[in-house]
Amino acid sequence: MSNLKLIIKREFIARVRNKTFVVMTFLSPLIFVGMIGLITWLTTLNKDEIREIAIVDETGSFEPYFKSSKGISYIDYTNLPLNDAKDSVVIKDLYGLLYIPGNTSNKELEKSIQFYADEAPNIDILQQIEKIISEELTHQNFKKKGVDIAVIESSKAKVDIQIENFLGEKTSKISSYVKMFFGGLAGYLLLMFVVIYGNMVMRSVIEEKTSRIIEVIISSVKPVQLMIGKILGTTLAGVLQFFIWVIIGGVLLFIASFYLGIDVQPTTPGQIPQDELMEQSQLILQDVLNLPLISLVVLFLVYFIGGYFLYSSIYAAIGAAVDSETDSQQFMLPIIVPLMLAFYVGVFAVIENPHGTISTVFSMIPLTSPIVMLMRVPFGVDWWQILISIVILIASIWFMVMFAAKIYRIGILMYGKKPSYKEIFKWLKY
Amino acid sequence: MANLLEVQQATKQFGSFTALQNVSIQVPKGSIFGLLGPNGAGKTTLIRIINQITLPDQGSVFLDNEPLKPEHIKDIGYLPEERGLYKSMKVGEQALYLAQLKGLSKKEAKERLKYWFDKFDITHWWDKKIQELSKGMAQKVQFIVTVLHRPKLLIFDEPFSGFDPINANVIKDEILQLRDEGATVIFSTHRMESVEELCDHIALINKSQKILEGKLSDIKRAYKSNTFEVGLLTDDHQSLFSTLNNKFSVAPADFKTIDDQLKLKITLDNTMSSNDMLRYLSEKAQVLRFNEVIPSVNEIFIKTITENE
Repeated sequence: MSNLKLIIKREFIARVRNKTFVVMTFLSPLIFVGMIGLITWLTTLNKDEIREIAIVDETGSFEPYFKSSKGISYIDYTNLPLNDAKDSVVIKDLYGLLYIPGNTSNKELEKSIQFYADEAPNIDILQQIEKIISEELTHQNFKKKGVDIAVIESSKAKVDIQIENFLGEKTSKISSYVKMFFGGLAGYLLLMFVVIYGNMVMRSVIEEKTSRIIEVIISSVKPVQLMIGKILGTTLAGVLQFFIWVIIGGVLLFIASFYLGIDVQPTTPGQIPQDELMEQSQLILQDVLNLPLISLVVLFLVYFIGGYFLYSSIYAAIGAAVDSETDSQQFMLPIIVPLMLAFYVGVFAVIENPHGTISTVFSMIPLTSPIVMLMRVPFGVDWWQILISIVILIASIWFMVMFAAKIYRIGILMYGKKPSYKEIFKWLKY
Repeated sequence: MANLLEVQQATKQFGSFTALQNVSIQVPKGSIFGLLGPNGAGKTTLIRIINQITLPDQGSVFLDNEPLKPEHIKDIGYLPEERGLYKSMKVGEQALYLAQLKGLSKKEAKERLKYWFDKFDITHWWDKKIQELSKGMAQKVQFIVTVLHRPKLLIFDEPFSGFDPINANVIKDEILQLRDEGATVIFSTHRMESVEELCDHIALINKSQKILEGKLSDIKRAYKSNTFEVGLLTDDHQSLFSTLNNKFSVAPADFKTIDDQLKLKITLDNTMSSNDMLRYLSEKAQVLRFNEVIPSVNEIFIKTITENE
């Protein structure tokens, strides 16, 4: 067996056997699903609460339109004077009191309706109340001017624009949300992977240094071989962990949704009537299927592995340069800054305009390209842009690995010194 | 005798610091070669060059008359001074891994490990983690790993540190046996008594330069000053001392005796042989002690280094 294979195997086994790895692998999905379950449970708790709102309607013409629903129940207090009603609401600890004064013109009424409550009422409830009153007021205004409401109702039109691309495929209105979701997910996964597994590579380099085995190993293999083997072995362990997470997470989510009756479908924003919802979710599914799925998966793997390699060689070099994890903090900047930059560019620029200048430039720059390009891909990127970006990425990986290997080669044999950036640059010349 | 290893004019610089300057050494096949020098002299750098861990800026290294190349890694076993093993890895697995890195097949490595583990009576350690072993125990494992692939050249950097006297002796005997089986050993240490005991050749490095190299017996011959330690039984120390002092160059000596002797160090010039001196002394007093002073490695070390300052 070649030495590289041996190193990869050892690193993989060392990672996988580690207790933290085992615990993390099997506990994280449980925690994750548990959190989702908890949050859903808490929201349902909230929904069960019924808010009682008292109404004093001196005009008498609005009260009938307030129909109690699931979360809100309206109680008619109109026969009480306003002050008595207020006292009663406070004593009974109701949610609030709606006061519609009488003897005013409709014009004045628009500004003189009051809502009394201990704390600022929920905006949804207020909007609902406003909507009911506005509608009735409008109707009254129409009536006064002699307009037939039935005619208006029958001539109301509702436009629903159907979206279709030039290839004739129908898409839903939230198509770009679907793309954002997939792009963001891919970028976020890469970010997490780089930080978690890059740190693992660094820790394992430091371990070899502190346990002093490094000199024994590199009298048998080349430092570059050791470094690459380490990165690859750790990658395999990471891929395994993700694989297990996806499986466990999937199974648990399925079970959880079955028992708690949680709707796992992504919630659709906006008020879409029930019958259209079915059609919409079919279109969403269509959207997902319409995404360039195969190229998405392939590009995900390319950028995932490329980006990870790029960053973990920096992590390996840092590990070689320092003696302990505490010393590594000062060198974290070259990793954290581009990662964060890439993620924020992804979140703000790409979603705003996936093909704008900022998005395009950052999807070419090697340290940010993996995350930014992964976020752009679902929106469809010209093949030549992807090609250029990948070529730049591969070239910079080669450059970075050589660069890191140089620091690594010198650093692993340096004990007891806390090097500065300046000193590390000097090592490059040895 | 052919040389197994030849280093020619090796120079290595780290930035502005010169770690080695034009150092050449020749290690004869089958010898135990002592690589000596004060701390920071450049020994470790030289060893790392031989191990191809670092490349020399100038100069070349030949192993068995071939320029050093990556395949030679299998022919060298190296026990570094800063030694260590993976703490959380099991002894057996770790030994197998390191042996395989040196090119042994898994099966071969297992067989040889069994032999060594039996020999050192540590078979029950196989499934223990290194962190459960004491320092000396871990050193034993490390020694086995170093010699397991039967390299032509063994490099030991302070091999006895961390061992108790009994285990140090065990390791010493193993080193001698490996030499007898045909291995060549480079031995770097500050413990001069073990150099005295083991080495047949030495090289002395100071301030990144080699200042002495050769067969230990030749070096000792060159460093001896024709001085003899004598113990004489006489009634009148004073007069005997002045008589001798007129004839030879004499210095007081110090060694343990049971009776009151005149203890002297007498250095001969080229005009008189040791036999003549003995004859002369025996006429003057009863000679109880007469031996040539041969410089120890320790004395040679200190003398050469201080003269070199």
